[in-house]
Amino acid sequence: MPELGRAALLVTLGLSVYALVAGAMAAHLGRRRLARSAQNALVASFATTAVAAAVLLAALLRNDFSFTYVARTTSEALPTAYTISAFWGGQEGSLLLWLLVLTGFGAAAVSLNRGWARDLIVWVVPVLAAVSTFFAFLVVAVASPFATQTAPADGAGMTPSLQNPYMLAHPPLLYFGYVGLTVPFAFAIGALLSGKLDERWLIATRRWTLFAWAALGIGQLLGSHWAYVEVGWGGYYAWDPVENAALMPWLAATAFLHSVMIQEKRGMLRVWNVLLVILAFSLSLFGTFLTRSGVVNSIHSFTQSSIGPWFLAFIALVVAVSLGLLFWRLPQLRSPTKLESPISREAAFLYNNLLLLALCLAILWGVVYPLLSEALRGEAIVLGRSYYDFFLRAFGLPLLLLMGIGPLIAWRRASFRSLATTFRWPTGVALVTGVVLLALGAGSSIPGLVAYTFSAFVITTIVMEFARGTRARKALGAASWPTAFGSLISRNRRRYGGYVVHAAIVMFAIGVAGSSAFDSVADAKLARGDSMRIGDYTLTYSSLDERASANATEIRATLDVRRGDRDLGTLQAGKNAYTIEEQVSNEVGIRSDKLTGEDLFVIAEQINPDGSIQFRVFVKPLVNLIWLAGLVFLVGSLVTLWPDRREQRRLVARASEAGIPATS
Amino acid sequence: MTLALVLAAALAVACVVAVALPFIREPEPESDALDDLDDAERHRLALLEERDRALAALKELEFEHRTGTVSDEDYRAQLGPLRRDVASALQALGRESGEVRPADERN
Repeated sequence: MPELGRAALLVTLGLSVYALVAGAMAAHLGRRRLARSAQNALVASFATTAVAAAVLLAALLRNDFSFTYVARTTSEALPTAYTISAFWGGQEGSLLLWLLVLTGFGAAAVSLNRGWARDLIVWVVPVLAAVSTFFAFLVVAVASPFATQTAPADGAGMTPSLQNPYMLAHPPLLYFGYVGLTVPFAFAIGALLSGKLDERWLIATRRWTLFAWAALGIGQLLGSHWAYVEVGWGGYYAWDPVENAALMPWLAATAFLHSVMIQEKRGMLRVWNVLLVILAFSLSLFGTFLTRSGVVNSIHSFTQSSIGPWFLAFIALVVAVSLGLLFWRLPQLRSPTKLESPISREAAFLYNNLLLLALCLAILWGVVYPLLSEALRGEAIVLGRSYYDFFLRAFGLPLLLLMGIGPLIAWRRASFRSLATTFRWPTGVALVTGVVLLALGAGSSIPGLVAYTFSAFVITTIVMEFARGTRARKALGAASWPTAFGSLISRNRRRYGGYVVHAAIVMFAIGVAGSSAFDSVADAKLARGDSMRIGDYTLTYSSLDERASANATEIRATLDVRRGDRDLGTLQAGKNAYTIEEQVSNEVGIRSDKLTGEDLFVIAEQINPDGSIQFRVFVKPLVNLIWLAGLVFLVGSLVTLWPDRREQRRLVARASEAGIPATS
Repeated sequence: MTLALVLAAALAVACVVAVALPFIREPEPESDALDDLDDAERHRLALLEERDRALAALKELEFEHRTGTVSDEDYRAQLGPLRRDVASALQALGRESGEVRPADERN
């Protein structure tokens, strides 16, 4: 039913335009029913987009190749799970997903906040509608997922590297992150438009930002694991422009999540916070543009397309209008409070913000430099890994240390005597760790050694924060230690959930340092029966087999693995030849040591007709801490996101005292 | 094709009804004005935020003193100014409209 899909999207476009125009008029003229009507249009646009999405999903599941999109991204032999993931595997489908998530988030944000922030929501609706109008226009007029053709016998299939379980979660999570950042943006712009620059826009959007940030973080980590197990080059992050495109808004959102606390607690950085929200949203649009326009060379750029100019124009409009509004409201945004001391928690947060932003802008420069050099000099000059690694160390290592320093310093100001007391244990543990690691030979990589030393500092700080907080809660009357611990977290989920996230970042840093600064690699061409050594491992190439799966021919080499005298079993590495797609993929063999977190990683780089194979083998110490960090990150994010009834009651009470009715 | 068109038309009609609902429910309301905050209410909201911020800062200082993050010396130095912040926020609210209980005290 492509007609139903097309019609549903057309109605979505109509509703979005109506919500934009009627919403703006209602806000400007102060008309209650018109405002409510615009809100209803925004909510209804989610329903119509959902109908369009259902039509596309049904076409994919029925292998209806009369839909051009279905024929281009799937085939009869494609397993059902990947047929579903084809929804976001191509450009038109992923734009439809953007629109679906956007209208869904917009409807939820409006419904959840039209009571206590009703006067603000009136201005938020046209902003959300403006963004949704743009995406609805794209899927209606520029890149429709409902274009039809005479159905071919079979589809073209899916790019082999996308035929991976991670593709079921990685792209949607990134979209949740990108689109989720629209909500804080819409509230910030709504606050600027209306002049209602009190804290409500921050409070209304805090959990949306956290959710978007967590989804972006987990989505990127899943993408890294996908690259590690599927792309088959031995790494997990290549500073690919599209990878960077997801990292940049995450960094901007991280900075915002920290600086927003300074506004809440001290009333400072109000201009800065609006700027960060605008930056995060603009970068999320830029990320979508990079992924979908095909303007950069990337493993993610599966298609060249015509949406680039539309996106660039929209990004330029968003930036120009947002900055114009910010400039207009500058007098109202000036804070009466000043930084009391450069040695205070708010100062530490400010340094953290500057470093995060510096890292974000350095990455942005690395992404746009090839585009600029090509436009100006006719030659795309790509900034390589060394460029990014330099800035990661220059800004990332101080950031790591600041995660440990911040919680040890009091708000407003701290005396040196107080600092000497609070820094004593973390500094001691960090120094001992550094010396021990140096003695064990970790000095072969100074950045790696510094990362481990700083990590020890941060972990000690986190443990101390939990221990001291629990002790204080117990002293305040908690019945038992577990009750005291539970009460500590439930009374300040953001702070203690944040520490869990910090612990995840430390685990991540240890994993990255271990697997990149202290890894080893060996190359060898082996015939059957030959062996090679790397570190303590001995690998013997024993056999080569070929088998047919649903949509590919799988060739696997089997290697017997030993470590010293211990037999560790076998490992398989090889290639898949995809018949329909006419492509070959590397299928790596990985053996993880659950105790040490180390991976033995085998790539069969070239399989020769005589059965000999060119192998590349890596030993990656501690790499599994990176994936484990993802789980800890998820737990920490859930703690921070969990609804806080005490805070809700306080906010409703405050709104009621100010004369804002609690119900709609 | 026909079924698709019927469904599309039904969808469009449902959306028109949803959009028109506020006007259908209240064809002739007593007032169609948005219940927006006036200047006095906005000022009051700002004062309430200031009061809650000052109270939260005081609570946090107490807790961090208990945990040992804030030393006795720093605690004594900060306690006075923070108490003054709370008092001035409450006074400002009181001037605005008589006695006001802080939101924190109700929880």
